[in-house]
Amino acid sequence: MDGMSESEYNHFPMHHEADSHDEDRAEDLTLREHPLDLAAVRAKLQSKSGKQYWRTLEELADDPHFEQLLHREFPRQASEWDESVDRRDFLKLMAASLAFAGLSGCQANVQTNIVPYVKQPDGMILGKPLFFATVMPFGADAVGVLVESHEGRPTKIEGNPDHPSNLGATDAFVQASVLNLYDPDRAQTVTNLGEIRTWSAFLDGAQASAAEIKGANGAGFRILTGTIASPTIADQIQALLKLYPQAKWHQWEPAVSDGAREGGKLAFGRYVNTVYRVEKANVILSLDADFLASGPGHLRYMKEFYRRRKLDQYAEIDRLGPEMNRLYVVEPTPSVTGSSADHRLPLRASEIEQFARALAAKLGLGGDGTLSPAAGKWLDSVAKDLQKYHGSSLVVAGEQQSAAVHALAHAINAALGNVGATLYYTEPVEVNPVNHLESLRELCADMDAGKVNTLVILGGNPVYDTPHDFDFTSKLRKVRTSVQLSPYFDETSEHCQWHVAESHYLETWGDARAFDGTVSVVQPLIAPLYHTHSAREVLAAFSDKPGVTNYDSVRDRLKTANPSGDFEKFWRKTLNDGVVADTAYAPLGGISSKFNPAGLPAAKPAAAEELEFIFRPDPCVYDGRFANNGWLQELPKPVTKLTWDNAALVSPATAEKLGLTHSVAARGGEHGQIISNVIDIALSNSKVSAAAWILPGQADGVVVLPLGYGRKKAGYTGTNKGFNAYAVRASSALWVAAGGKISKTGADYPLACTQYHFNMEGRKILSTGTLEEYNKNPAFAHEGDEQPAKSDSLYKEFAYPGYAWGMAIDLNSCNGCNACVVACVSENNIPVVGKDQVMRGREMHWIRIDRYYKAETPTNDPSTNEHDALANPETFFQPVPCQQCENAPCEQVCPVGATVHSAEGLNDMVYNRCVGTRYCSNNCPYKVRRFNFLRFQDWETPQLKLLRNPEVTVRSRGVMEKCTYCVQRINNARIEAEKQNRPIRDGEIVTACEAACPAEAIVFGNANDPNSRVAKLKAQQRNYSILGELNARPRTTYLAAVRNPNPEMEKA
Amino acid sequence: MSAGEPPINSPEIRRLAPVIEPGHTYGTVTDKISAIVLTRPASFGWFAGFTVTFAMVMVLTVSLAWLIIKGVGIWGINAPIGWGFAIVNFVWWIGIGHAGTLISAILFLLNQKWRTSINRFAEAMTLFAVACAGIFPLIHTGRPWMAFYMFPYPSTMGIWPQFRSPLIWDVFAVSTYGTVSLLFWFVGLIPDLATLRDRTVSKPKQIIYGMLAMGWRGSARHWQRYQSAYLLLAGLATPLVLSVHSVISFDFSIAIVPGWHTTIFPPYFVAGAIYSGFAMVLTIAIPLRKAYDLEDFITMRHLENMAMVMLATGLIVAYGYFFEFFMSSYSGNKFDVFLVQQRLHGPYNHYYFALILCNILTPQLLWFQKMRTNVPVLFVMSIIINIGMWLERFVIVVISLTRDFMPSAWGRYSATAWDYMTFAGTIGLFVMLLFLFVRVLPAISIAEMRELVAETSEEHK
Amino acid sequence: MEHRSHIYGVVGEFVTEHQLIRAAEKARDAGYRRVEGYAPFPVEGLSEALGLKRNKVPLITLIGGLCGGIGGFSFQYWVAAIAYPMNIGGRPLNSWPAFIPVTFELTILGAALSAVFGMLALNGLPQPYHPLFNVERFAKHATTDRFFLCIESRDKKFNLAEAARFLQGVDAHHVSEVRDD
Repeated sequence: MDGMSESEYNHFPMHHEADSHDEDRAEDLTLREHPLDLAAVRAKLQSKSGKQYWRTLEELADDPHFEQLLHREFPRQASEWDESVDRRDFLKLMAASLAFAGLSGCQANVQTNIVPYVKQPDGMILGKPLFFATVMPFGADAVGVLVESHEGRPTKIEGNPDHPSNLGATDAFVQASVLNLYDPDRAQTVTNLGEIRTWSAFLDGAQASAAEIKGANGAGFRILTGTIASPTIADQIQALLKLYPQAKWHQWEPAVSDGAREGGKLAFGRYVNTVYRVEKANVILSLDADFLASGPGHLRYMKEFYRRRKLDQYAEIDRLGPEMNRLYVVEPTPSVTGSSADHRLPLRASEIEQFARALAAKLGLGGDGTLSPAAGKWLDSVAKDLQKYHGSSLVVAGEQQSAAVHALAHAINAALGNVGATLYYTEPVEVNPVNHLESLRELCADMDAGKVNTLVILGGNPVYDTPHDFDFTSKLRKVRTSVQLSPYFDETSEHCQWHVAESHYLETWGDARAFDGTVSVVQPLIAPLYHTHSAREVLAAFSDKPGVTNYDSVRDRLKTANPSGDFEKFWRKTLNDGVVADTAYAPLGGISSKFNPAGLPAAKPAAAEELEFIFRPDPCVYDGRFANNGWLQELPKPVTKLTWDNAALVSPATAEKLGLTHSVAARGGEHGQIISNVIDIALSNSKVSAAAWILPGQADGVVVLPLGYGRKKAGYTGTNKGFNAYAVRASSALWVAAGGKISKTGADYPLACTQYHFNMEGRKILSTGTLEEYNKNPAFAHEGDEQPAKSDSLYKEFAYPGYAWGMAIDLNSCNGCNACVVACVSENNIPVVGKDQVMRGREMHWIRIDRYYKAETPTNDPSTNEHDALANPETFFQPVPCQQCENAPCEQVCPVGATVHSAEGLNDMVYNRCVGTRYCSNNCPYKVRRFNFLRFQDWETPQLKLLRNPEVTVRSRGVMEKCTYCVQRINNARIEAEKQNRPIRDGEIVTACEAACPAEAIVFGNANDPNSRVAKLKAQQRNYSILGELNARPRTTYLAAVRNPNPEMEKA
Repeated sequence: MSAGEPPINSPEIRRLAPVIEPGHTYGTVTDKISAIVLTRPASFGWFAGFTVTFAMVMVLTVSLAWLIIKGVGIWGINAPIGWGFAIVNFVWWIGIGHAGTLISAILFLLNQKWRTSINRFAEAMTLFAVACAGIFPLIHTGRPWMAFYMFPYPSTMGIWPQFRSPLIWDVFAVSTYGTVSLLFWFVGLIPDLATLRDRTVSKPKQIIYGMLAMGWRGSARHWQRYQSAYLLLAGLATPLVLSVHSVISFDFSIAIVPGWHTTIFPPYFVAGAIYSGFAMVLTIAIPLRKAYDLEDFITMRHLENMAMVMLATGLIVAYGYFFEFFMSSYSGNKFDVFLVQQRLHGPYNHYYFALILCNILTPQLLWFQKMRTNVPVLFVMSIIINIGMWLERFVIVVISLTRDFMPSAWGRYSATAWDYMTFAGTIGLFVMLLFLFVRVLPAISIAEMRELVAETSEEHK
Repeated sequence: MEHRSHIYGVVGEFVTEHQLIRAAEKARDAGYRRVEGYAPFPVEGLSEALGLKRNKVPLITLIGGLCGGIGGFSFQYWVAAIAYPMNIGGRPLNSWPAFIPVTFELTILGAALSAVFGMLALNGLPQPYHPLFNVERFAKHATTDRFFLCIESRDKKFNLAEAARFLQGVDAHHVSEVRDD
């Protein structure tokens, strides 16, 4: 990463590893040599340096051996001590009391991890951040990241360029995950029926029931997890299942459908993992697949996809394919992927299968599908195009689609000769893939039948997110011993006997497989902030060797996996690189689709009048796990631009039929508050009321119910936001539900929408064209350009002899995924203002993503009758940070010179000079300035202080702020360069948004250097500046978006 | 406007009402006017009015306190509408001030006799209006305690104000305007203060008025210098008053915001200022002459002249409105075109229609002398025009900001209770100061009335 | 003669401004030079009658205005171009058109302040004490409805009795001596 030379980056993890390693040994000695010789313990403790002191004591206190010793010596006190109430014993065991202080009710023992270095670790220079490689496990994938650490505080997450699953890119979830670490609402210790307990108490409990389970040969012992991609956890569970033959392992992942798994089974008779090679595909058809924004490998796919859309990109080599790829998307509701489509066809979710069948039939695979004539016409040209690119086309089936669709996709890809070319199959990444729905169904049945005595829930929140007809809650009551491990004390925790606070992935050792099977080690950056534990520890607690630490289990597994060679060396390299070298799965050979579409049951024609409800994970809170993350809650959802709420999405036509409308509130207005109608949704024998949102481009008759909201126990930020779609989600209709009714309640609900006006009003803001137009006239973006020539100016130009920082944003590559927005929030200490303030139009994001619809005369109000223009408009996204104008209108009007121009062309904002007249904001044509109307920053919460980036001023009330081009990064690079007495290299400065962008749409650099990437981009004919006629001369310029429509269909 | 009027003693004026009713001597004018301050006891009405307005000032205090505690976020402003009530009120109050200076300075230069009996309280009105206006630029900043950054003082960092910013021009224009108005007013007061000093029977009053009168004794030499100083002040105040509202209009016309960035603003703002100012003078004069039966001094002639001035300036303002449309369509600037269309069709068009009704349609009644000489009509109309001029500033400041360059950032504005309370508070402050003024200082310039008596007695000979 | 120092002069009271003017003219004809008229409002022709010269207030005002203007502009120039030059939105350091409004306002301010304070200074105000106020009728009527002419004892030709007789001669309906003690 930037600002980090290979050597230190190489060095530090080793140090880290060595460090924690001999600690483990040290404490073992302590315990074995002098059983409970506290004097000796204290002596040992004092002999250690500050950081170790803390960690050791903590581990010492939590260490099972230690507690066993206590039990042997004085059982009574020991057990009293477990209650952690007896003050006399506390005094006796004062060394331990330090560590247990947190347990006696005080939750905010945060200082414990900011004790100063008594002995400064090697490779650590105070004030200079270090970067550590690790991975963020997410479902059946793991995103490789480099985490920026300031004096031991992880503050910012960057992508790991060496990691196959993302090649250095990150998404909004990854960027925001660091906030989860410092979330003050996290569960902070073990509890039993809500009472605070010690970890040792839990261990005793676990061991006790383990004994029973062993006796019962495992009968009645169940484990419930989400999708597991961690080899060590897999091994542990397998070991447990071996130990307790009759125990069972159930899995439930609420937001991932079984379609993909079962589809594989249908096609190949076995579970497979499909890996796409998007960069190899010239034509891509997405069957309701949002493969650029969600699902395993989406970051990798996004990078590859957009590398095929760079046109005359700065470096020819970056264009992998000979030509720009073409994307067809068939989907029921507009997705990030759909917004990049060259041709997009809105179809009801249930019609997707028909479409796939029809396509299969067209390709001569038999079977047949019923389609509307228009769709049929569309299909014909798509089929032609796919065949034309035989072997270099790709058909992707959506995560939420049925097994049949996936099977059809497999068959079609096989028929198109894409297997091995644009995609390949591997062993499943998730260990022990099962049909989650059936697995959960079985568990619920057994719980109901009283066959379950002990249930261990690892990470999930089943009470909240399981199908309502399973009635998990009441069944959970029948389980004698229920244990839940989760980061928050959530809806499920209330109903469990034991709750164990789960460690964040930045706090604990672990491992995970990426979408292609590559194994990576999860390396902690910080000792647990609270008394939290990992799934490994909980599983170990029920096993025959409860003492095993995360560190050991991960290391041992890796050792057994790689017996040969110098393991230490290997281990260090692994930690350093963030991946275990060449562990990616090899493509499965000799696998071919035996699937015959004709074998599918006859298509039942869907009643066109009937409403179709579909469930989708929310783009911001996913399945609900990010509900308490303020950054994500305040993040405008890519397509709807809603924040803080989910809403039932309907198409303009459907809205008209149902009599649903929006009205723009007087306060906040288009840039803040939209009043929507509240509807009652009666579906699958349940009901919920939700706010309705009218979404252009959605298939008519489809109602989208985004999951993840309506949490009842998510924490301060996430509780009671939006509506709970799980409430109407039945096992019979997990993804697509028919037969539901919608009725207007007559009530209204205010939604916080950051951009309601999606019409460009014919202004030169976002210019777009087709590949054809572009080839005819590469400068099409400049047609009707009114930008005055520099010579026209009355004033003499200011010269920028040194660096001239500039940015180029390729609108061809932006799909509005929001990664840059969260990255910017994280890098620049941008506050969360809350729904009320967003509704007043006061959100603080320094970079926003504007969404515009392109359709002949789109009216701005989707609730009007002229919705045909909005039935399927082209969607374009435009990231808008500060444009850093050379003739900055904001600067001229500032009465106190709080915003002035730097010698390198930056539009500097001097916070402590600003008096807050807001004149600059009024005069900013791009409206990128953000004002602290109130004291938006949280100055009290200690955890959040740890989160802040020390290199960026934390702004308080009454001052203006805005994008600085990450000036702190510029200066870091400058210092490095000056130390080495050389100019700053191109690419040495990477702004937060640029670093995060998976599509490489944002490029920053020195515009004065003709060889810099940014200069080359700006030299392109596609390059233009927003509202050039104002002659503000922005340093941030844009490359016009170019779509690659199928000429035939254009004619059609 | 009144410039073209024939001299006072020409035959046709005879038919008009006189500027002072006949039969007054130096003694009677002195008695009548100074009595209000010296002998006449405060009426119940005065106390009632004072109490109400004082309560409103308390409201102002509370809203300012809360503002300092919480921040400007308690108001309705947002992004993109960075300026709301505060700036609207500021411009409105400053505008009101202008009539005072205009009457005392310009009409003085134009040697308009009829100004004499109204200039004193018109000037007081100016001062109080400027005081109310002055509150807003200060408190509308995010960090009012840092507002001194806007003044040129030698700071340790060697930083100075940024003189290209119209807000800095405001700082200088408004403070100069305040200072000069105060001087002008005070200089005019000196002889009257001396009169009060010599007429009062109470020792404390004698001492206070004595100090303020600075030992004035009406010596011929003093009068000579006094007159040239006064004349010069009038000469200076005239361009000043024109410059002040031009500078205020620069706050908008210098910015690039569509609806702000137009060259018509300076004249159009000045006309608007005089328009609203005269309306306010009427709003005050009509009750005042009734309450303290000053009909002899503030005659129908005054009211009618002021009505004519309003009609004239009102037409200039109407021309300004028209030109907004003409210019936008003539220039073809798509942003301006869009904005003026928004005026008519946008979400705030009802404000615009109300403004046209108040500022353009209603005043046309003033073409008829019947209306000009009908006191209740004039009073109501003066209030309507004040409302209209407030609406005009709202339309310009706020509505332009709701629809600027980036459609993606368009928003709307709605004021909060705090906005309204602050505005009401300043109105309370303004009226309260007037109440105090009429009780402690002569509301009409006695010395100048004596002059008037002298001149009119000449004519009667 | 030693009493002279205690006598400021003799003052005569008149009912109309015309009587005052006539008296003033006569007084000059009679050779009195240290004569001052007092009136409750500026009386036209009185200055001429007393033979007063043009006053200096306009000159002072002009100087004040020039200082304000020139000082104002050069200060802005110094700030923007010399003391702390900064690139403000690509505008030239010496954006002189933008400096005009402040320059103008400072001109007015300088002029106005010097006009008022110049006037007060030349008039010797504030002046807490003046002998004339010892004359009861003067104190009561000078600022209200009567006109006074004072022949001061500083006048070479001054003689208490003669001056008093003279004033009665120009039908002052009230003559009193002004004692300065």
